[in-house]
Amino acid sequence: MDWIQSLLIPVVYSVILVVMLLTGFAYLSLVERKLVARFTMRFGPNRAGPFGLLQPVADALKMMFKEELLPTHADKWVYLLAPMLAISTAIIGWAVFPLTSHGLSLLGYTIPPILADVNVGLLYVAAVTSIGSYAVVLAGWASDNKYSLLGALRASAQLVSYELPMGLTLVAVILVTGTMSMTKIIQFQVDHAWLIVLQPIAFIIFFVTGLAESNRSPFDLPETENELVSGFMTEYGGIRFASFAMGEYIHVITFSALTAILFLGGWSGPGADSVPFLGLLYFFIKTAVMIFTVIWVRASVPRVRYDQLMRFCWKFLMPLALLNLVVTAIVIAL
Amino acid sequence: MVFNKNAVHSALFLLLSMTMIAGLYVLLNAQFIAVAQIMVYAGAIVVLILFVVMLLGAELGETIPSWLTVRNGVMVLLALIFLTVSGTSVYDWLYSTQPITGAVTDELIAQQGSAELVGQSLFTEYLLPFELASVLLLVGIVGVVMLGGWRFVQHRQRGE
Repeated sequence: MDWIQSLLIPVVYSVILVVMLLTGFAYLSLVERKLVARFTMRFGPNRAGPFGLLQPVADALKMMFKEELLPTHADKWVYLLAPMLAISTAIIGWAVFPLTSHGLSLLGYTIPPILADVNVGLLYVAAVTSIGSYAVVLAGWASDNKYSLLGALRASAQLVSYELPMGLTLVAVILVTGTMSMTKIIQFQVDHAWLIVLQPIAFIIFFVTGLAESNRSPFDLPETENELVSGFMTEYGGIRFASFAMGEYIHVITFSALTAILFLGGWSGPGADSVPFLGLLYFFIKTAVMIFTVIWVRASVPRVRYDQLMRFCWKFLMPLALLNLVVTAIVIAL
Repeated sequence: MVFNKNAVHSALFLLLSMTMIAGLYVLLNAQFIAVAQIMVYAGAIVVLILFVVMLLGAELGETIPSWLTVRNGVMVLLALIFLTVSGTSVYDWLYSTQPITGAVTDELIAQQGSAELVGQSLFTEYLLPFELASVLLLVGIVGVVMLGGWRFVQHRQRGE
């Protein structure tokens, strides 16, 4: 019965993860609307169900039953491919996220705490994120609309630029921990200290670039729904439009979880070494705190202008990240 | 990829084949190379190719009246030869039970991790080619700055 261990458990594991992320997306949208409403002294959605809890269901049904339009000269296959890329690149990063400290033994089989414990987990996440920019470029191009194309080029220039400082902070993390495996990075933080203490500058840069990579305010120029009519996804409607929103929210969840793993110690906490469930709980709490911070930033900071965005990345974040890297390397060498 | 008339589709197929090559690396137990392949080729280079194709508006190339030309015949022949060679090697690999022999074995990868092994061999055995490649990249960067900034420099010299 080796196939249960090697095939069935990973498949069920990933199905659970995907379903969790998709429902997580739906309720994240509700939480965000509620929170932003509270920040601006409003009530937010409160009609559908108690406290508006059925609002995501209502939104999803509405989106699904909308008519789907295909622009006349759109490139059909690429047009359909782009939203799928947007969601899948956000989800597959979770394959290397350790959820807790130990596996769980059940009926003689072990349920692993991590789907794939590869020793280049951090690089894998970076690689998957870099694929995400294809969704934007292809959506803008396939729509056969010059404004969409312009929006896509603008957005992908942003994504490609902010990948560089993010990569440099990841290199600093690798330098400090001496490994690229997610499990070992967390183990390092259990043994020494959380990386937010050891690498505060890297944490801040990572957070800012993460906001830009997942198209969040104040760097949400790729969509800018109230000024530039959403740029690259102008021509999308119905469930495909919802897929882009889904991709964005799942990116936020993935990025928050990654921050929790890299800088806040992942599953570590009192008692997490012996009780795997506690580790899972700590991990979710840390992720939730990061998601809250992201929404908090959105409610408080106005959107930046495009030239400010680019100047901030290349003239401030890049030198700062490089300096951080050099100083870290010198300290490690000493 | 080759027969497609739409350049963007060709670029996408290029992306697909890059990802497939990364998959082959994973099967060969070289995870670091696989991830690097996706980061560099799929993540960066194909994006640039797509940019260039889109900005030039060269999606639709020359329309070929009939795809049945001598050149295409030669291409098919070459592709078949390549397929045979690679297919044989994959077949051999699948049906041979011996572990990988030589300097890099499965146990070594499990012990040290593939990234460490690649780094070690890069900085000891292959140090000279590695540094030469970095000089080549530097030349490329300087060239791009010269080509891209040349008009700007001329404007400034004329005092505009």
